[in-house]
Amino acid sequence: MGDSNQSSRLTWEGCSVLLDINDGERLVFARLSPAATLKIGKKNCSLQPIVGCPFGSSFRVEDGKDGPYLSLVVATEGGNIQDEENVTCEELKDNRALVDNNTAQSLTGDDIDEMRRQGVTGDQIVEALIANSTTFEKKTSFSQEKYRLRKQKKYAPRVLVRRPFVRSICDAYFRKYPDRIGCLRSDSLALLLSMANVAAYSDVLVVDMVGGIVTGAVAERLGGTGYVCNMHLGVTPHSMEIVRIFNFSNDICKRIVRCCLNDLCPGQNGSHAQIQNMESESVNQLDVMEGGISVKENRTTVDASNKTAKRDPTTNKAIKAGEVASEELIGLWKERGFSSLIVAAPDLDVWSIMQKLLPHLAYSAPFAIYHQYLQPLAECMHNLQREKIAIGLQISEPWLREYQVLPSRTHPRMQMSAFGGYILSGTVICTSESDVQ
Amino acid sequence: MIPADPSGRLSLLRRIQEGDLVIVYERHDHMKAVKVINGSVLQNRFGVFKHSDWIGKKFGSKVFSHKKGFVYLLAPTPELWTLVLSHRTQILYIADISFLVMYLEIVPGCVVLESGTGSGSLTTSLARAVAPMGHVHTFDFHEQRAASAREDFEKTGVNKLVTVGVRDIQGEGFPDELIGQADAVFLDLPQPWLAIPSAGKMLKADGILCSFSPCIEQVQRSCETLELKFTDIRTFEILLRTYEIKEVRAEVGEGDDGFSLRSPPRKKRQHSTEKGSAVEASGATTVMAKPCSETRGHTGYLTFARLKCL
Repeated sequence: MGDSNQSSRLTWEGCSVLLDINDGERLVFARLSPAATLKIGKKNCSLQPIVGCPFGSSFRVEDGKDGPYLSLVVATEGGNIQDEENVTCEELKDNRALVDNNTAQSLTGDDIDEMRRQGVTGDQIVEALIANSTTFEKKTSFSQEKYRLRKQKKYAPRVLVRRPFVRSICDAYFRKYPDRIGCLRSDSLALLLSMANVAAYSDVLVVDMVGGIVTGAVAERLGGTGYVCNMHLGVTPHSMEIVRIFNFSNDICKRIVRCCLNDLCPGQNGSHAQIQNMESESVNQLDVMEGGISVKENRTTVDASNKTAKRDPTTNKAIKAGEVASEELIGLWKERGFSSLIVAAPDLDVWSIMQKLLPHLAYSAPFAIYHQYLQPLAECMHNLQREKIAIGLQISEPWLREYQVLPSRTHPRMQMSAFGGYILSGTVICTSESDVQ
Repeated sequence: MIPADPSGRLSLLRRIQEGDLVIVYERHDHMKAVKVINGSVLQNRFGVFKHSDWIGKKFGSKVFSHKKGFVYLLAPTPELWTLVLSHRTQILYIADISFLVMYLEIVPGCVVLESGTGSGSLTTSLARAVAPMGHVHTFDFHEQRAASAREDFEKTGVNKLVTVGVRDIQGEGFPDELIGQADAVFLDLPQPWLAIPSAGKMLKADGILCSFSPCIEQVQRSCETLELKFTDIRTFEILLRTYEIKEVRAEVGEGDDGFSLRSPPRKKRQHSTEKGSAVEASGATTVMAKPCSETRGHTGYLTFARLKCL
């Protein structure tokens, strides 16, 4: 794959990045256009220093004479090992002498502003705050570490540059805008991909009414082979805004297509052109909408991505993901059937969709349906069993828990997501009489 | 199992041929992998099945034995393979596998290292994720186990995507020729901390490591070693809860209770039977779901870490 962006280890102008601010405190998707900026606290920084850096680079906000800017942090080997050693050998302190009367810190807000004007770095301010805290020395080393981290986040925020892959995209949406992805948690999405056997060269049918996260996830797994066909049952195609956040190469984008259910049904060829027209209109309308959303999400300056598109000749050649499937492709699918199916359509009736879509799958094709509610899946499972059109049926629900792992302080996280959705999975069987004998 | 080109995909036009691997499905908890050989037979509690009857059928077909018992013939997938493979070791299951493949950001073209190979349950899913142009290098220090894994990969057809090496990764580390080659490394070892320094050398900048350990003490020690060269160290546990469903008919105003729920007559448990039910027309029925009462309570902790960008 010649121009596979996914293999690039460096950022480039116009690429989409995930910015992790203060170790997961805030996650922001941004496009590295010349005009793009990031607002951290009250400061607005240009994203230009990030262009050309390796993914995984860390930046710190510094105050320069032209205002705040992002400065590359050179990481050192080692980490907090020494601190940890100290932790284990002491610990006779506790918090009995701490009184919360707001007099512990002798530096005032004005003092800090003055330090900033003089160009004192954020890390130095944190050190000054510690030196001027009358209670810091009395704290346990655990709370000293917590204090340092809290001040560092405020006075010396860090920005980590990540490649947007499906997990980080899904996690960021799940935290910020869960409704836009139908509250689909990344571990549920991972299960959908496995259960539907998404593999190279497969033609995966998806009903994605969760912003395009499923379509993007499938396309990422196909890596420019096979097809992901985002099907809509009515005339209006579903939004695929999230697909843009992946840095998909042209090879991958052209494997993402749209199709209307009617076009797959026999004898519906005539209406294809007409629907296609209607679709392209609504696709345009969608673009306008997407532009609006992405601006809000990126918190970058207005229309940052549109500007690059005009300036940068390479982006003009870019193939848009989600073109209407060609008649030739549709013909192939009618003949061969899709190799698997994923449904994530919170607003549609599961059983009706399955009745309409299952005939378009190859026999032995696996399918996986996501839903936030159990009942529609239970009923669908019952009907599939009764009609004997699928086997290996199972409703499952993932349970995911993260752990804090620290010397002598390992335990599950205090906060966790209680629910990641239900999945009904199964395999289509051959029902035609001639094959059964 | 994993198509090597567009013609290998599952299709309505494809027929079962001599030499194909099929998954013989009796029940959701009773399946078997069989290589189709003309002249061979499969014998189970439903009778004797001739392979010659299967050739030319579509995948997904129902086939009958001499006494009219039947099974389904399914196209193999890594998920089905995980359910039928012979356990030479404790294996990884779908929830852990799906989660770690996504977390490790494995996409087509990636180079992935794995140790140990074990029964090859995860390896098959890794192969699917890197296909068609990536590669999985998997190592096990047990010579016979490695050989059996190799045979299995040959059988499932993932052998072009997977190289099995016999090597003690804890003792010797990964081979030098793989330094800086790996997009992701997966460790399932009793003392993963011994292999972590070597895994760090194998990874490309910003590459990700995952270590699977059943015990928290192993996790604790691994995390201490990871601190040196890795960042974003996070530990998870993932489990799957499955549900069983049942159709019941609500009867109002009958019996002493005035209200009761009853299963429709002549009905076996939904979840374990293929035989559909003839639901009586009288009385409204409801489908109810509840979690299955027995489940796996623990598999292992998954610890992820990303190589620091120096």
